[in-house]
Amino acid sequence: MSDMIEIRWHGRGGQGAKTASQLLADAAFMSGKFVQSFPEYGPERSGAPITAYNRISDERCPVHSNIYEPNFVAVVDETLLESVDVAAGVKEGGAVIVNTSKSPDEIRPHLHGFNGRVCTIDARAISLDCLGAYFPNTPMLAAVVAVSKCVDKDQFLKDMEESYRHKFAKKPQVVEGNLICLKRSLEEVQG
Amino acid sequence: MSIRERLSGNEAIATAMRQINPDVFAMFPITPSTEIPQYYAQYVADGKVDTEFICVESEHSAMSACLGAEAAGVRAVTATSSAGLSYMNEVLYVAGSLRLPVVLAVSCRALTGPININHDYSDSFAERDSGFIQLYGENNQEVYDNYLMAHRIAEHPDVRLPLMVCEDGFITSHAIENIELEEDAAVKAFVGEYKPENYLLKEENPLAVGPYGVSAYYMEARVAQAHAMMNAKRVILDVAADFEKTFGRKYGFFEAYKMDDAEVAMVIMGSSAGTAKVAADELRAAGIKAGVVKIRVFRPFPGEELAEVLKNCKAVAVMDKSEGFSACGGPLFAETAGAMINLDNRPKMIDIVFGLGGRDFTVNAAKSVFERLIDIVKTGETGPVYTHMGQREGR
Repeated sequence: MSDMIEIRWHGRGGQGAKTASQLLADAAFMSGKFVQSFPEYGPERSGAPITAYNRISDERCPVHSNIYEPNFVAVVDETLLESVDVAAGVKEGGAVIVNTSKSPDEIRPHLHGFNGRVCTIDARAISLDCLGAYFPNTPMLAAVVAVSKCVDKDQFLKDMEESYRHKFAKKPQVVEGNLICLKRSLEEVQG
Repeated sequence: MSIRERLSGNEAIATAMRQINPDVFAMFPITPSTEIPQYYAQYVADGKVDTEFICVESEHSAMSACLGAEAAGVRAVTATSSAGLSYMNEVLYVAGSLRLPVVLAVSCRALTGPININHDYSDSFAERDSGFIQLYGENNQEVYDNYLMAHRIAEHPDVRLPLMVCEDGFITSHAIENIELEEDAAVKAFVGEYKPENYLLKEENPLAVGPYGVSAYYMEARVAQAHAMMNAKRVILDVAADFEKTFGRKYGFFEAYKMDDAEVAMVIMGSSAGTAKVAADELRAAGIKAGVVKIRVFRPFPGEELAEVLKNCKAVAVMDKSEGFSACGGPLFAETAGAMINLDNRPKMIDIVFGLGGRDFTVNAAKSVFERLIDIVKTGETGPVYTHMGQREGR
């Protein structure tokens, strides 16, 4: 399955890395893909490092193991960079996407010798601007779509709008903020 | 028309239950229960089903309540996992011997200890002698399809046995993947109404349920139960044939993947079978005749049919995802080896215990199993028959 894209998410318990991987699976599913979204489960402790995964492909993927050589890695919490080798196994031509206010050049020295593509997104600033609170998932989702190109951007925005209108049917006022959040994140990814 | 969706294994089972709308769902609502009753509680609250939804104080009581309901002549279901299944143990045997077709969804997980919540078959394999039919699925689709077939198999007049629909804990139960769902009306039509011939509260012919069976009667009841399990083989295939005709997806006792000319083969179950199939594909691309047999029906065990599909292989690895502590191989190996015993020419066979407590099984690990089999074929030496893989060595 040469067309398959594999993504590994790193976050801390309670930050929503699992939810982010599910949102990405939703977006890819809506664009017609076959998806897998699964977290690595253990004792559930708030703040402990957790991992979640995505496989996105044009046909059903029969493999049900964790992902050791991802195309892309998404890091929801930059404080993980020192303790977890987030870039481990990233494939040639892949990238590590980090939620941080720093630049890719500032982040690279913290990636344990990784010499591939490094991307950054200031999910906190964008989220606070657009949503008035810190929800890193929405900007991270858009950043992963922008960098991985696993879903066409315009299709992605169209599908997400529909999904938000359905999900927030009882509070339509939040739809616009989420959409602006996605659009800004698609554009503001660095690296 | 099937419906394109993406769901976890737990959501898939809960959806099948909603479509079937059983009369009674009795369940223990706290860990190690699964999300299945949680989803179902929402359907009840939303008025999407009219099931009698009973929260009880233990899994022992959940199965007991299901027995009571089934004895009264209605369709009853429950769901559990791990220690919850163990706690049902006593009542599972009662369900089997009373010939009450309860359908039980099991998210298969390790048993303590060390304490662990992840996937293996320690829980469901421990109940292999309980008299339940056991169906296993590789992914959410197969688990959903198995559930749609479950009631018809269990309730068939020649069978009347309880049935477990088993999914791999977390790997299938919590992973979201694409799935083809069937329309509610089509599911209802396929599953049909439950109209037992006799039941406790039948006015014109009331029935005694659960009487004492002295030595003069006990054995006849057990033999009848054994015959019912043998009958289940035919019914499982009949229902699968009708399922294929109705919904287009094909099922048997097992899936024989690239087995026609296979020289080396793996016998495996559940989600790991998908991973093994990818390894077989990679070896085939390198000119090795590798195949995979994925067991779907573990009770009744399809021994004859399995021997038929394995008999021309040169070496076979049976992959056991529960220990069993027999000191000479896991439960799946014992059953598979037993099935081969009367063949004139048997392949060399090894047992590998793997994946305990959620230990990951990768394509590379599956390839290493095939490589071991290739070595056995080359040297003619089986080597150690019973080994473990994937564990760290040393003290």
